[in-house]
Amino acid sequence: MNKKLSVTQLLKQYMMLIVLVAIIVLGTILTGGILIKPMNVSNLINQNAYIVILAVGMLLCILTGGNIDLAVGSTVALIGACAGTFIITWGWNTYLSVILCLLIGILIGFWQGFWIAYVRIPAFIVTLSGQLVFRGLTLMILKGLTISPFPDSYMLLTTGFIGTADSRKTICLVVGILMAVVYVALQFYNRINRKKKGYELESIVSTVLRSVVIAAAVLWLFYTLSRYRGIPTVFITLAIVLLVYSFITSKTVMGRHLYAIGGNEKAAQLSGVNTNRMLFLAYVNMSFLAAVAGITFSARLNGASPQAGQSFELDAIGSCYIGGASAYGGVGTVGGALIGALIMGVLNNAMSILGISQDAQQVVKGLVLLAAVAFDVISKQKVQIPFLSRIGHKK
Amino acid sequence: MAKTLLEMRSITKEFPGVKALSNVNLVVEEGEIHAICGENGAGKSTLMKVLSGIHPYGSYEGQIIYDGKECRHQTIKDSEKLGIVIIHQELALVPYLSIAENMFLGNERARRGVIDWDETYARAAQYLQVVGLHENPNTLIKDIGVGKQQLVEIAKALAKDVRLLILDEPTSSLNEQDAQNLLDLLLRLRKEKNITSIIISHKLNEIAYVADKITIIRDGSTIETLDKNAGEISEPRIIKGMVGRDLTNRFPPRQPKVGEVSMEVKNWTVYHPLYTERKVVDDVSITLRKGEVVGVAGLIGAGRTELCKSVFGRAYGTKISGQLLIDGKEVYLSSVSEAIQAGLAYITEDRKGDGLVLSDSIKHNTTLARLDFVSERGVVDVDKEYQAADEYKKKLGVKAPSVEQVVGNLSGGNQQKVLIGKWMFAQPDIMMLDEPTRGIDVNAKYEIYCIINDLVAQGKSVLMVSSELPEILGMCDRTYVMCEGRIVGEFTREEATQEKIMDRIMQASKGEIGK
Repeated sequence: MNKKLSVTQLLKQYMMLIVLVAIIVLGTILTGGILIKPMNVSNLINQNAYIVILAVGMLLCILTGGNIDLAVGSTVALIGACAGTFIITWGWNTYLSVILCLLIGILIGFWQGFWIAYVRIPAFIVTLSGQLVFRGLTLMILKGLTISPFPDSYMLLTTGFIGTADSRKTICLVVGILMAVVYVALQFYNRINRKKKGYELESIVSTVLRSVVIAAAVLWLFYTLSRYRGIPTVFITLAIVLLVYSFITSKTVMGRHLYAIGGNEKAAQLSGVNTNRMLFLAYVNMSFLAAVAGITFSARLNGASPQAGQSFELDAIGSCYIGGASAYGGVGTVGGALIGALIMGVLNNAMSILGISQDAQQVVKGLVLLAAVAFDVISKQKVQIPFLSRIGHKK
Repeated sequence: MAKTLLEMRSITKEFPGVKALSNVNLVVEEGEIHAICGENGAGKSTLMKVLSGIHPYGSYEGQIIYDGKECRHQTIKDSEKLGIVIIHQELALVPYLSIAENMFLGNERARRGVIDWDETYARAAQYLQVVGLHENPNTLIKDIGVGKQQLVEIAKALAKDVRLLILDEPTSSLNEQDAQNLLDLLLRLRKEKNITSIIISHKLNEIAYVADKITIIRDGSTIETLDKNAGEISEPRIIKGMVGRDLTNRFPPRQPKVGEVSMEVKNWTVYHPLYTERKVVDDVSITLRKGEVVGVAGLIGAGRTELCKSVFGRAYGTKISGQLLIDGKEVYLSSVSEAIQAGLAYITEDRKGDGLVLSDSIKHNTTLARLDFVSERGVVDVDKEYQAADEYKKKLGVKAPSVEQVVGNLSGGNQQKVLIGKWMFAQPDIMMLDEPTRGIDVNAKYEIYCIINDLVAQGKSVLMVSSELPEILGMCDRTYVMCEGRIVGEFTREEATQEKIMDRIMQASKGEIGK
């Protein structure tokens, strides 16, 4: 069946990936290669990890019907403030504090999820309230001041690199090769399995092509990282989040229910889906991931700042939409959200290197968001735009 | 009088896969009240949508001559300019705006975009006088009853200098007193303002009371026009025109093998979820046997869908009381998933609204109700799912390149098959099918009848809600007739005729009106 996919369909399907590659290539040329220098690639990962994590959480909310969470930026700040208070001010154990912070994140999710899913107050309003409340609590906890620095144990958890100074490069290369090999092996294992069971297969050319391209990308990434300081610790968090949530959204009953609710809530209800519970879980999960992002971000700042996380929610929402999520829910993938976040992140990074002012950067980011969604909407409408269809009748 | 105001000539309108109207002719004279009768789905509303420009010129074939000139309406605005105003069954008023604001919505009394409120309220009061509604024009729409809202709709039409007023089921949500007022108003408007009306209604006693002429539409074609002056209008005469059609070979034959009772509903009463004082299902008792197709006939709004949905894990209504027995044991199903577990399936009448996830694939839609069949510990076995979906796609003959196809891109008939496949996949013992053949063409209908026959041959029970009487007669072993929330009749296959069922409905709704 995939054989019959036309070029335009393929283009549509991989449009944002192509755009990302184009931006990387263009950025590399314009910055004279600085963009893909090992140190910068490592920085890119560290700078954008929390946005990707938030975008994944946001995706689940958006899937349930275009609902968004405006409070994630404030949640990030609040969790940072809690971590700072526990660890720096009160000198608590780092690991205990981190677990406590994650629990607080889940609690915040219970609060918001309750109002949204069970009382059915629009998510926009509940999370707008959350944005104010959690920012206010952050300011109260920190008394308006930044607390720093975190002890090494906390920093290692998030901003360090895997391995000792000597073994870093080797570990990085080995992991990279392993990942590439495992990926290719899985591709062919699945293929053989499907063949055994007698299912339709895609053409061998596309399997090979995809394996080669992705393996090459993985190898390049790890090779580049190995030339700096190896694998950033946050990369592990990121990889786990991406793998787990890709799996949840594509392979589990829960994921299927999320898509069904966003696609048609009434149909989901009449199919026995507990729509309230799914909506509740989406928001609990969002706040949990916001807590993860909050810990990552406070470690990156090496301090708890009352202004942390400003407008993170908008980056996360933007990433999902750029990545092809539907503003009405029911459509979108974790991979898409990742690509969306990377497009924003690489753009930011490249423009910073080029010395483009913050003001202009905002304009560019805003236009990219609009262009991505407009492209998506128009390509799906076909002839359904009223005045176009009428022209069709007149001929 | 006797001047022809409107002539619609050989109107043909096709929707993808369905011919809704085929060579329909309609002649309306100035100053008459012209009724259009026909069964649900006969094409009455479509015809009126063509006339009022909701279906724009070019999307149908044929001519509309109005006041001696041919019309080519592009939008509803074009027809309103000529004084053609349509009032839909679902009232189009904004609840939180006042009567006056609603009355001039889209037709504001304004100079250069600035509304002249003094004139708005003065004119509103004037029109309210004409329709006999004694309310302050400042009152919000939500604060007045449905009957009064209907009068506001007519006043709104008057404000647009209406010459031809089209009313689609205007009395369906009114009580007898309000309905009577409305009909009298139409007669008065004709006399005082020479306003011509076209009225679509199921209530034959009302039509007989108010109409000068009746045009009967059946299966998208005009059958005949009856004239009051020629003494042709009587209820039996109208019913005969509405139902008389050839029934041969439209339904696959079946040898009924009826077994023991599979489901029993006793004294089932359901109230409306918002207007909790309104009984929607009133003391209904029905039984269903294995291997049996049982029909539920009735008009739209009789409470049939509500009955099915409330039985299906209380997916509709509040204050539900009564007993539900499955295989002789009383069960209490508090949620849809419990109902599915208990072997029930409800296939909705509105496949796009609450049946299918249109943005998702055939595969995902097929398995949605019973994902546990293709998953283990919450993880879906994607290959197994593909195979299962493919099996049902083939079994039901869904025309699509693969089960990865997005359901929203399929034709109505194929979507309906996906919906039925979804619930066959759920392996229910009792299937409640709500208007299973709505909006699909004759061939797809036949295929769906075959599927229903297969299901009961396997010993399953089917409860089929249908507004198409021929379908009820052709398919059902037994038929309940429902009207205004109550069961008002039960016929075996041998007893049932269209005239008897229609007559039972008419008698019952008359009784209700007198209450």
